[in-house]
Amino acid sequence: MEHTVDQYLKMKGWGVDADPKNRPYWPIHKTQDNTGAHWIKPEKQKIDCEILKSNEMPRITAVFGTSVTPRGLSGVIRRIAYRYSENQYRHWLPLLLADRIDMVEGLLEDLLSGHVPNIFKEMGFGATYKYNKKLYYQRVAKTAAFVAVPTLILYFLLRREEEKR
Amino acid sequence: MLAMNYRGPFRIRVDKNKPLPEIKHPNDSIVRVLRSCICGSDLHLYRGRVPDTRIGMTFGHEFVGDVVDIGQSVQNLKIGDRVLVPFNVGCGSCINCKQGLYGNCLESNPMSATCGGFFGYSHMGGGYDGGQAEYVRVPYSDVGPMIIPEDIDLDDAVLLTDVVPTGYQAAEMGEIKMGDTVVVFGAGPVGIFAAKSSWLLGAGRVIVIDCLDYRLEFVKNYAQCEVYNYLEMGDPVLFLKKITDYIGADVCIDAVGAEATGNAMQSLTGKKLMLQAGAATALHWAINSVKKGGVVSVVGVYGPTDNLIPIGNVVNKGITLRGNQASVKRHLPHLIEHIRAGRLNPKAIITHRVPLDEISDAYHVFSAKLDNCIKTVLIPPTVSY
Repeated sequence: MEHTVDQYLKMKGWGVDADPKNRPYWPIHKTQDNTGAHWIKPEKQKIDCEILKSNEMPRITAVFGTSVTPRGLSGVIRRIAYRYSENQYRHWLPLLLADRIDMVEGLLEDLLSGHVPNIFKEMGFGATYKYNKKLYYQRVAKTAAFVAVPTLILYFLLRREEEKR
Repeated sequence: MLAMNYRGPFRIRVDKNKPLPEIKHPNDSIVRVLRSCICGSDLHLYRGRVPDTRIGMTFGHEFVGDVVDIGQSVQNLKIGDRVLVPFNVGCGSCINCKQGLYGNCLESNPMSATCGGFFGYSHMGGGYDGGQAEYVRVPYSDVGPMIIPEDIDLDDAVLLTDVVPTGYQAAEMGEIKMGDTVVVFGAGPVGIFAAKSSWLLGAGRVIVIDCLDYRLEFVKNYAQCEVYNYLEMGDPVLFLKKITDYIGADVCIDAVGAEATGNAMQSLTGKKLMLQAGAATALHWAINSVKKGGVVSVVGVYGPTDNLIPIGNVVNKGITLRGNQASVKRHLPHLIEHIRAGRLNPKAIITHRVPLDEISDAYHVFSAKLDNCIKTVLIPPTVSY
């Protein structure tokens, strides 16, 4: 349904920002009157944990996040990845690998600390059951297959080894 | 404190004993969260597609709350102020911040030279914990946070931290002129506001493309635009050419990003095999649907590696390709005026209000597009609705 001129002229606010002067992001580079900063250069945050720095940056920035520091095998891989610039797959692909290893390490950490994660809850199976039963059964089947197939392969491999002995 | 905890792709839980955030810099503040949202870009993290997303991190870059502690150099906020916090962390003094490019700050993210600092957006975004928690650390408190005016509803305020400015900036970057035809790919929250904003900028025709009928129905009513389901049109580019007299749209907006569907090759290589940084289907369509000499505006989020897009067509058609993270702080006064004047009603897109404790289900509902979900607001248990 294409609008007629009459229709869009009746829309509340139509064309109110047509004049570029009314557009806050135009021109894109526009010196700001007051950013709120009352410093020439920001004071530096104390570095009290390991921060991996992009090698395209000259130094650690004045402020940074300290959410999760690198640890374990995933941390080793992350440190290696950060030796390479963001221009290289050698930076990004090891980081993705580290993320997956971190996931396994997180699971082990949970188990070793006596916490058995409720993976079904974490993955929102309850919501799927509530809103889409068909999708729920598909997810259950997929998850079962994801666990069962490697388990069966491992079982048969081990059994074959036993028989060889 | 209660906080969302990422445990791996598609696995989220709530921790009840995450340590409270601390003041780490003299211009930090600590904000007690009153509302936070799940954003479409959180889904890239949730699905494990953003590198350096570490286990244990708290997501959430859309939040509002009360200031409960301030660092010694904070001048523009005081304890008790109710603030909305833009998703980007900007220092206010680097060359980019001084020019209003707060999303491209040079002093907030040591971990990536391509990104500024963002709350709760992996270590690629600077490693800041986000607002899907009871409390959050807010750096550069004299720059980013804005005290919420008394006449602005909290639900409107939380949507001003990202989704409304991002949609508005998407339309602005399209350089829309009076009477232009604008095609918005994606009827999610950002696409909805990009469509709505296109009218404010004087568009003569606004078309939204998606594959979810409930979202198309919503945006049709909310933003009075034409809507089409690409599953019913065969080749979307050819369809758009036909309905624009074979010229193409003046402006195309990619409000989808890496999670796009609609092209088997893009989905396979971008999402299943991860050979490219997400599926660039919407961007591909945008480039091919825009007219010669038109503008393509990209606010959909892609990963940091490469994507398959028809770059030759960008050159041959003389297209202006523009993109950026929204410079939220710059838009706020203007967008607040639109809300006051009744031209924008952000809170109308909220479909789900969920206690923070039920975040696993909330993520899944949003991710799988269950229960006609458009926008989810999370509310910590200590806060009244």
